[in-house]
Amino acid sequence: MNTVRVAWLFLKIGVLNELQYRVNFVVQLFQSAITLGVGLAVLALVYSHTDELNGWSHAELLCLLGIQILMVGAIKIYVQPNMERVIDEVREGTFDYALTKPEDSQVLASVREVRIWQVVNVFSGLIVLGFGLSQITTDLGALDAVAFAISLLLGAVMIYCFWLVIATGAFWVVNMWHVAELFDGLVQTGRWPVGIYPGWLRFGITFLVPVAFAVTVPAEAVTSRLEWETLLLAVVFAAFLFAATRWFWRFGLRRYSGASA
Amino acid sequence: MSVIPQSARLRQTGALRSMVDFYVVRMRTAVQQQFQYRVATYFYMLGMVAEPVILLVVWTTIAEQQGGFIQGLPVGYFAAYYIVWTLVRNMNIVFGAPYWEHRIREGQLSGQLLRPLHPLHDDIAYFAGAKVIWILLWLPIAVALTFLFDPLLDPTALEIGVFALAIWGAYLIRTMFMSALGMLCFWTTRGAAIFDMYMTSELLLSGRLVPLPLMPDWVEDIARFFPFQWAFFFPIESLVGDLTTRELLGGLVAQLFWILVGLALFSLAWRSAVKRFSAVGG
Repeated sequence: MNTVRVAWLFLKIGVLNELQYRVNFVVQLFQSAITLGVGLAVLALVYSHTDELNGWSHAELLCLLGIQILMVGAIKIYVQPNMERVIDEVREGTFDYALTKPEDSQVLASVREVRIWQVVNVFSGLIVLGFGLSQITTDLGALDAVAFAISLLLGAVMIYCFWLVIATGAFWVVNMWHVAELFDGLVQTGRWPVGIYPGWLRFGITFLVPVAFAVTVPAEAVTSRLEWETLLLAVVFAAFLFAATRWFWRFGLRRYSGASA
Repeated sequence: MSVIPQSARLRQTGALRSMVDFYVVRMRTAVQQQFQYRVATYFYMLGMVAEPVILLVVWTTIAEQQGGFIQGLPVGYFAAYYIVWTLVRNMNIVFGAPYWEHRIREGQLSGQLLRPLHPLHDDIAYFAGAKVIWILLWLPIAVALTFLFDPLLDPTALEIGVFALAIWGAYLIRTMFMSALGMLCFWTTRGAAIFDMYMTSELLLSGRLVPLPLMPDWVEDIARFFPFQWAFFFPIESLVGDLTTRELLGGLVAQLFWILVGLALFSLAWRSAVKRFSAVGG
């Protein structure tokens, strides 16, 4: 319960802090428009040369694009800024201040930052998703919708776990900020159905960087492709990742000797 | 009376020689620095490779669905295009326009202005040195990609020669235009929107996204009026495609032209930018 209270408090402060910089909203709006425009242009270009990509139609890939933009936006609101802060603080030695507080270190490391203007991306993703769905003839059942919501949530948890591993890595390899670039690159794989990638890459973006779980699986749900085994696998894998990364965080922490003192 | 040591005075007399000295030393320190952070550099490179691999897979999938060709271009062409893309991209990464803001805000520029040498030389030499390490680190990635994707690559000696020059041309074109664009930071701290516009135009008009012939004709027409394709499409195509000798050599001339245009723009902007500059920090 205390965890939730701490998270909520930090969220409130973070949002208030961000709301001071209102021009950033306009900047974000502009950047989101560009991201969206490029995404749509690439899809239009691809479908000017073909009618379907590995069994996915233009409208279905619009849904996928929407979900990818939404997911990346959500990760950049809350997960990525927190983890990048951990990496920065380990390097600068200020992370010790977080460790000396009585709250659980992983909780504290995960809730201190929020980039509220990224919400624009979440909405832009939702709009694209909505538009894509309206172009698809098959109906979206209630069960599909539930599966979509669950898989989206699981996907976000898995991406969080991935980031936590990276942040924990900073205890060993101090200079980890390039990893943000690595993530930005890999997350682009989510723009396309995982089925098109060769086996080694598909494995990588499913189990190492769980982009496939975070984007393709929810997209399969809304396009009535999802099999219940996949969803079950997602649940099990998310639970496993969460437990494993928590262990890894504590393991890293024991090894960490601090830099400021 | 003079307190300048003898050796320093000798250097001053040979301006060209001291410039060469400067470039060699700056490149060498860049090599050492990049090598020190090789793990971080590798992460950066792996992230960079994601972009062309994704595009490669997408276009390969489409080509295979249509019997192995898109607009007469075989699957192997796309593999070769995007693998060479990774080297060209490595070469044309430069000191980005947005970082000028950082340089001004943190007061680094004040110190650089005190030196007898233009800061642009520093940037060119530093990144040129860094590229030595990047290319070394890139080699295993290139080998792996070649095994995985089976590129169709059969360059002539002339093509290889032109390519070797063209990647440096690409480097200088982007250096000039990025630096010129970076001058905006002297006037505004909200250049981000313009930089994004620039990068997006470049993405669509340069061949970074797809080989230009796959673009609609009107996009190709627009691309003619911008320097972008000479820093992406031309260097790649010089090695991968079947350009005539005339096209190859003409391309190098076009690169030179755009380098000079970029340099002119930069010098013009720099002159008024420095006049405006009121030092921060130091």
